[in-house]
Amino acid sequence: MLKIENLHARVEGKEILKGLSLTVNPGEVHAIMGPNGAGKSTLGNVLSGRDGYEVTAGSVTYNGVDLLALEPEARAAAGVFLAFQYPVEIPGVNNTYFLRTAFNAQRKARGETELDSMQFLKLVREKLKVMQISDELMHRAVNEGFSGGEKKRNEIFQMAVLEPKLAILDETDSGLDIDALKQVSEGVNALRSPERSFLVVTHYQRLLDYIVPDFVHVLADGRIVESGDKTLAHKLEEHGYAWLAQHGEPAGAQA
Amino acid sequence: MSESAVPFVASTLAVPPPSSGIGWLDEARRENLAAFGEAGLPDTRVEAWKYTALRALSQRSFIHGDAQAATRDIDPEAFALPGLDGPRLVFVNGVFRGDLSDLSALPAGLALRPLSQALAQDAEPLRFALARRYKERGDAFAQLNAAQAVDGVVLRVAADAKIDVPVRLVFVGVAADAELAWHLRNVIELGEGAELTLVEQHVGSGNARQLGTLVADVVLRDGARLQHIVAQDASADATLVHRHALQLGARAQALLHVLELGGALVRHDLQADLVGNGARLDTRGVFVPRGRQHIDTQLAIRHQALNTTSDSTWRGVADGRARGVFRGAILVAPGADGSDARLNNKNLLLSGSAEIDTKPELEIYADEVQAAHGATVGQLDERALFYLRSRGIPLAEARTLLTAAFCRAVLDDLPNATLREHLASLLAIRLPV
Repeated sequence: MLKIENLHARVEGKEILKGLSLTVNPGEVHAIMGPNGAGKSTLGNVLSGRDGYEVTAGSVTYNGVDLLALEPEARAAAGVFLAFQYPVEIPGVNNTYFLRTAFNAQRKARGETELDSMQFLKLVREKLKVMQISDELMHRAVNEGFSGGEKKRNEIFQMAVLEPKLAILDETDSGLDIDALKQVSEGVNALRSPERSFLVVTHYQRLLDYIVPDFVHVLADGRIVESGDKTLAHKLEEHGYAWLAQHGEPAGAQA
Repeated sequence: MSESAVPFVASTLAVPPPSSGIGWLDEARRENLAAFGEAGLPDTRVEAWKYTALRALSQRSFIHGDAQAATRDIDPEAFALPGLDGPRLVFVNGVFRGDLSDLSALPAGLALRPLSQALAQDAEPLRFALARRYKERGDAFAQLNAAQAVDGVVLRVAADAKIDVPVRLVFVGVAADAELAWHLRNVIELGEGAELTLVEQHVGSGNARQLGTLVADVVLRDGARLQHIVAQDASADATLVHRHALQLGARAQALLHVLELGGALVRHDLQADLVGNGARLDTRGVFVPRGRQHIDTQLAIRHQALNTTSDSTWRGVADGRARGVFRGAILVAPGADGSDARLNNKNLLLSGSAEIDTKPELEIYADEVQAAHGATVGQLDERALFYLRSRGIPLAEARTLLTAAFCRAVLDDLPNATLREHLASLLAIRLPV
């Protein structure tokens, strides 16, 4: 589904990703862990097409297509979703309206029929139940005045409605208390399916107690230096990132 | 070059002002015209015209008044507002058109008629408004209007009358053979405790390369309440200079919504005097110059009594090589203690060649005053744009969505839902993509 090969990327002239390689198959959940500054958020931003990230070498192939050649909206329509670390507040744009516009824009781009507001409302109601999100949030402007937990849940809710094939969760656990973390994780777990893959980017192992990954990769200095199963996360938690340096050779690990 | 050699001034002075046969009125017309002839059009050294140059206008010659206005073919669709039935006065190129107007079934307490009729019947009640001499350096168009306007609107609401249908004033500009100037004068008064919703529409049809001036006095007696909507969507070639002077008595409340969308060169002076204790004025406005449009709004609010309140929210969006000007001047006069004055103007530049000049001014000479004012000029938020695109919304659509959202605050508190929808869709059509 996703094949990242030898990816190099720069931000403001500074090389952040230095030869990252990773393969994700349908239905797999991959956790990307790493210390601050390792390039975790850069990876999510490069994959979703944010401006200001310059890819200098390597390739990203998504379902056989050169992902990096697509505009952000085309990536979304192709099924790539980024749950933001810092969801953006958009005053004046109603949450429901925003989501319907996005939903229909994606359907239109894929040549599918759009939903009218009644049909869409029905869909939203169903998803709200699953995500345990209050109806009231849907009447407000996008993320405006939302608490940290509400913003993150809104991200997962958008994901539930848009039903991506590849979801990238960028430090979705940051700023969440344990209850909010559980709620968000439950939402994510409800969306796991054999067709949907996840890249869960996080600094802490804690999130992975709730979203149990198939693979764990350690990102350090712009490359994946260690890959393993979920037990790797526990080792990291126990020994810290410093342990890696002593533990073994950095390797361009493949899942 | 003397002022009378300027084509605009020369063409104006070439014919004597219209005669009404009413001594005091003809005298006022002559004197205002003489004052105009002496000073001419203001240049950008005059503070009130600092950002609006009239050089190009001054080189044009105009014929004052359209002799064929009564028979020009007008499609009423141009100003239709479905779902809003009520009395309506329609003017075409400055001339009253009874055939397009609707003055049947006026609600009790509402007196509404064209100025020309009111003058013919009993001019005396209009003397205070129409005998005025305009003397300020920036008043050229008011002088011109006072000299030339032979028609307009006279609207009075009797004390305690609550008019429950919106009254519409429609100003249509259509192309004429010559470059045409038209002038209208509106006199509006709400008696004590009266209530009214007033909708002013400017629409253009065809390439009307014309000048329109409109001067309105709006008086709210104690406890009166006015909702006033100005939807300016004049033709792309039009020059429009309009002025509203409001006066609010004790506990009177006015809520204004202004959309400035059309016209090539538009100047709007919005002046309000809060002269009675506890008066309240809310203004909401948006100006959207595109292409090479120039739209200048001059808001001046004077708090002159105890515990008066003003709250103003204005948005500007400029695209292409367009220019927007906003001046928001608030004065809290000595003795207007306990007043509350708020003004906020945010502006959005959608192109590198567009320009918006905004100037909030606050002068406070009273005690225990609460005041806040601010103005910003910026671009669309890149983070918000990316957020929308990352969800699948194409760039152009994302820009439109954010631009419309930026303007939304201006229409949010318009109580009449039908009207709000009309204005929102009018705005949506005119917003740059």
